Amino acid sequence: MTGEKLAQRNYYGKALADLAAIRDDIVVLDADLAGSTKTSEFKKVAPERFVEVGIAEQNMIGIASGLAASGKVPFASTFGVFATGRCWEQIRLGVAYPKLNVKIVATHCGITVGEDGASHQALEDMSIMRSLPNMTVVSPADAYEAYAATIAIADYDGPVYMRMGRSEFPTILPEDVTFEIGKATVLREGTDVTLVGCGQMVSFCLEAAETLAKEGISAEVINMSTIKPLDTGTLFASVSKTGCCVTAEEHSIIGGLGSAVAEALCEGPCVPLERVGTKDTFGESGKPAELLEKYGLTAPYIVAAAKKSISRK
Amino acid sequence: MAEFSIPELEDMANRLRLHVVEMTYAASSGHPGGSLSAAELMSVLYFRIMRHNPSDPQWAGRDRFVLSKGHVAPVLYAALAEAGYFPTEELLSLRALGSRLQGHPVRGKLPGVEMSTGSLGQGLSMACGIALAGKMDGADYRTYCLLGDGELQSGQNWEAAMFAHQYGLSNLVAIVDRNRLQITGNTEEAIGLDPLPEKWRAFGWNVIIANGHNVRQLIEALEKAGRSKKDPTVIIMNTIKGKGVSFMENNAGFHGRACNEKEYEQAVKELTDVIQ
Repeated sequence: MTGEKLAQRNYYGKALADLAAIRDDIVVLDADLAGSTKTSEFKKVAPERFVEVGIAEQNMIGIASGLAASGKVPFASTFGVFATGRCWEQIRLGVAYPKLNVKIVATHCGITVGEDGASHQALEDMSIMRSLPNMTVVSPADAYEAYAATIAIADYDGPVYMRMGRSEFPTILPEDVTFEIGKATVLREGTDVTLVGCGQMVSFCLEAAETLAKEGISAEVINMSTIKPLDTGTLFASVSKTGCCVTAEEHSIIGGLGSAVAEALCEGPCVPLERVGTKDTFGESGKPAELLEKYGLTAPYIVAAAKKSISRK
Repeated sequence: MAEFSIPELEDMANRLRLHVVEMTYAASSGHPGGSLSAAELMSVLYFRIMRHNPSDPQWAGRDRFVLSKGHVAPVLYAALAEAGYFPTEELLSLRALGSRLQGHPVRGKLPGVEMSTGSLGQGLSMACGIALAGKMDGADYRTYCLLGDGELQSGQNWEAAMFAHQYGLSNLVAIVDRNRLQITGNTEEAIGLDPLPEKWRAFGWNVIIANGHNVRQLIEALEKAGRSKKDPTVIIMNTIKGKGVSFMENNAGFHGRACNEKEYEQAVKELTDVIQ
């Protein structure tokens, strides 16, 4: 079921380098983390369009805004905490409000940042970006989808926030997967419960579905790789069949995927929903696997949530 | 556009002032003080220095203007209307529901407005991006950015200042409206900015000091800035907040409030008396 362990950011860097060859309007901005975000791959092939701003994220967004107003397609990248929280109001005024064509692409999102601890673990980024009018929010499920999403957001005219993790994890999608903004995909069909995931949690949803199947529970798995706009069509079709839902995200349950799905279900088919994610808490230092376990973000937690959701039908 | 003479530019500055007083009075709100201190600059930029075409606001070769101190939108709108971007009658719709003349400038809403601003401290970064794009494209347009002095207390300006020097943005001109007043009062009693020229020099900028109410000095300063081949230029223009209306001059109280009826009548009289 699962493939090679790959880091999303490596495929982001690869996509940017490939885009450099075919798009002369793309400019990449870095705030002293190109080696980590892998925008260094773009710098290797298009140094004249690589802009180092230093450790100055607010200025980076302002510059990206000005570049976009002048016809460029800027990709501004750093870690999730700094790409969204540090410069949220700059994004609001300079990107979202004028609907400028700026791509804010963050790596090191979620608890699996690991040893660096809570200061570096973005668990609120989707929440604060999703609340901005005009902003699209994307969270690809694996490295291959990260590549496809990078190409897709470059082709889309408007503000986008894309989040990725730091660590390597198994791919679950084919290498030639395509990506369409706002389109969720059903990865596994089922009839008893709908598991909706984004990012690395999609692989855990698949793992949970396997476990549930052994217990005679049929779970449908949806890869909700665009959090905004939410693909309510795919979501509603699934829950109208299964009658209950679980969301899974490497993010706070406040404001992210779980909230987006809850909002949609409340105004649509009001089926029971359980949310797997961090529970209004900061993370801490530790190994990624230890942290996933401690903060309730592994497949067994999704299994438990699925059973609870089914019991509430 | 025919080149304005110095007396014509001086007169235009006062016309802009009259618009500002009328617009903010009609809106019963807005920011006249800092609009009046920048009137000569806006006159000189839009009627003498900047290359632009009001009938083709998106012309690729145009010089760009970013109003970092977005609260002085009235003086920008007045200059754009006088230049012909939209009818001057529309100026009185400032801040009204449904108006294109929003309380602070909005990109895409009104012809001639390049960027959305209003939250202070961000315009210079945006101007850096525009200037950088110009350099990347080998374009010869120039980018002008008007900053308030109070907003220089915001650190993002200095991030942008370092960036502009690092990237040799000689096509970028920042103008600081040094009227020495912010809402709280004297800038030096809030968080002092002096010695301001030394700060900009230390950040690698060409520094020109000018009297912001002397049209001839502003033209010379902007032309000199236009000849820079290597570094960005800042023009620190010493001004009087509320300039041109006696009771508004050096009065921080008029940073963010419009005239009442009595004040309005006096302001209109004072300005009408000097307009040719």
